[in-house]
Amino acid sequence: MWEYTDKVREHFLNPQNVGEVENPDGVAEVGSLACGDALKLTFKLDENQRIKDIKFKTFGCASAIASSSALTEMVKGMTLDEAMKITNQDIAAYLGGLPQEKMHCSVMGKEALEKAIENYRGAPAKEPGAQIVCECFGVTDKEIERAVRENNLTTVEEVTNYTKAGGGCGTCHEAIRQIIERVRFGAEQKPAVKPKLSNIQKIKMIEETLEREIRPSLKLDGGDIELIDVEGNRALVATRGMCATCKAADITLKHFVEKKLRDLVSPDLVVEEVTP
Amino acid sequence: MTTVYLDNNATTQVAPEVLEAMLPYFSKFYGNPSSMHSFGGQVARKIREAREQVAALIGAQPDEIIFTSCGTESDNAAVRSALYSSPEKRHILTSRVEHPAIRALCAHLAGQGYRITELAVDKDGCLDMDQYEKNLTPDTVIVSLMWANNETGVIFPVEEASRMARERGIPFHTDAVQAAGKIPIDMKQNAVDMMSISGHKLHAPKGIGILYVRKGTKFSPFMIGGHQERERRGGTENTPSIIGLGKACELAAQRLDRENTYVRQLRDRLETALLKAIPQSRVNGSTLHRLPNTTNISFEFVEGEGILLMLDQHGICASSGSACTSGSLQPSHVLRAMGVPFTMAHGSIRFSLSIYNTQDEIDLVIEKLPSIIERLRSMSPYWNPLKETCNAT
Repeated sequence: MWEYTDKVREHFLNPQNVGEVENPDGVAEVGSLACGDALKLTFKLDENQRIKDIKFKTFGCASAIASSSALTEMVKGMTLDEAMKITNQDIAAYLGGLPQEKMHCSVMGKEALEKAIENYRGAPAKEPGAQIVCECFGVTDKEIERAVRENNLTTVEEVTNYTKAGGGCGTCHEAIRQIIERVRFGAEQKPAVKPKLSNIQKIKMIEETLEREIRPSLKLDGGDIELIDVEGNRALVATRGMCATCKAADITLKHFVEKKLRDLVSPDLVVEEVTP
Repeated sequence: MTTVYLDNNATTQVAPEVLEAMLPYFSKFYGNPSSMHSFGGQVARKIREAREQVAALIGAQPDEIIFTSCGTESDNAAVRSALYSSPEKRHILTSRVEHPAIRALCAHLAGQGYRITELAVDKDGCLDMDQYEKNLTPDTVIVSLMWANNETGVIFPVEEASRMARERGIPFHTDAVQAAGKIPIDMKQNAVDMMSISGHKLHAPKGIGILYVRKGTKFSPFMIGGHQERERRGGTENTPSIIGLGKACELAAQRLDRENTYVRQLRDRLETALLKAIPQSRVNGSTLHRLPNTTNISFEFVEGEGILLMLDQHGICASSGSACTSGSLQPSHVLRAMGVPFTMAHGSIRFSLSIYNTQDEIDLVIEKLPSIIERLRSMSPYWNPLKETCNAT
């Protein structure tokens, strides 16, 4: 069960401003049924160009409904410029926090608000030049970049929590990783990034690590290991001696060999055993 | 507020008789059944009795029962034993709707070079037996098909499937965690070689399971250690839980009829009333080949987590195949495999009953759920009340 704050529960069980404003000044629809949550936001301005009335309709989980309700309460009475400054963290903070995995609900609220305001102002709905990165949930590179920048995200998992990108088939994980790197290190000079290894460098480092760190331990148990090939991030190995017949060998491979290679060579290496 | 527990496929309450049978083995009779003294020996005798009780429920012989720690361990032990026994074979045949204990294990094995075939299911969650037969190959090292599905209750034709595997000399494993105690299982009537059962799904405590291994089946232990379980599963016996599971199996055998009369009738009543009261709702999975205690109903255009939280306000416990409740962002793999549309999959709720449920509890759900769905639909941008009027006429 999710750990929701009392405020989330309150806004879910008694949501404010449900419905649609008649003759709205701005409208936006974000999300989709396939994605599992969607939000339709409508608002009307008063004579001073402040948000007089704002309503939502949301399909989604408790935190999606609560985020929508919170958002409408927060922006009522604001000018559009003020409302544009609301971030997804503001929405989450208003609710006393959201579980990490549910942060995308606050992002959806922020997106809907922005789109509704753009709709009123007549600005383009889609950011120019945006490319879909996550096909499963229809998330663009611009959206991911922004979530990374505004929430200081560092891992693919966090990006998934905030934008849903990468939460489906997973084929875009590498692309997301690159966006994270680009946003985090692109602007400044690259201090912490390890240089990308060429295949030959990688093979050399793996061989050295096997010799120095791994073989001595395996040999104690009468086993041995050999590097067969490296394909991208996959290190293909064959086990020899006792390892080849040992039932605990695949545990050793994952927990010991792979961990060592990840620590010492490259963090995204996967060790796979090939049959000799 | 009293709890209305309709989530028995997740776990069940320990039967009072089971708890009573267990208690002395925590305090008074704490001996190790392997000991040479009679203080331990009396516990060993009690374990023997429990083994007989388990065997009786499934028409097996006592020495075909291995006590394990849970269904997942049993599944792992069964599959890995088969792989170890036939190291030259590299193909595993399973289905797309298996429990994670099998699915994740197979995905892991795929990474080690095994070829995995996950059989598709139709919109009712049933297997295509022609497809099944086609995938029984000389390279197939094991078949693992669940007996009954945890999310929908749909029953696979395990008797027939196991015989087809046997004819080709392929070991057959079934995860019967949801089936045991709910439908009759008789190992004399099928050709299953290995079968997993979990205690806490049939009113025994959590942390105890069994692996049935048919006599004559090659078996290589997963847990290597002492001589316990005739050297097929090392580790000091979890004596209170084993004794509890024995008692639970004895009760289950006595209550099997009640599952198929009383529980079935409660389930049908709940299902019929909800489908009638709530427009745009439907049952997921075959209603013909199904456990008597399970119903999985989708309510279109609403999301399952909201339904569960609102039911929770009334003390009603159920579960959902929606993305939001799983934390995986996608609706349940079972509903997706059945091709349930997204509009329906996100709003799916599973009620799973037990003999401890009452008419009054079912009536409470029938009273509360329609207004919950209506309320959530009124918030949903996809729900068009006009459509409801059209459908109602």
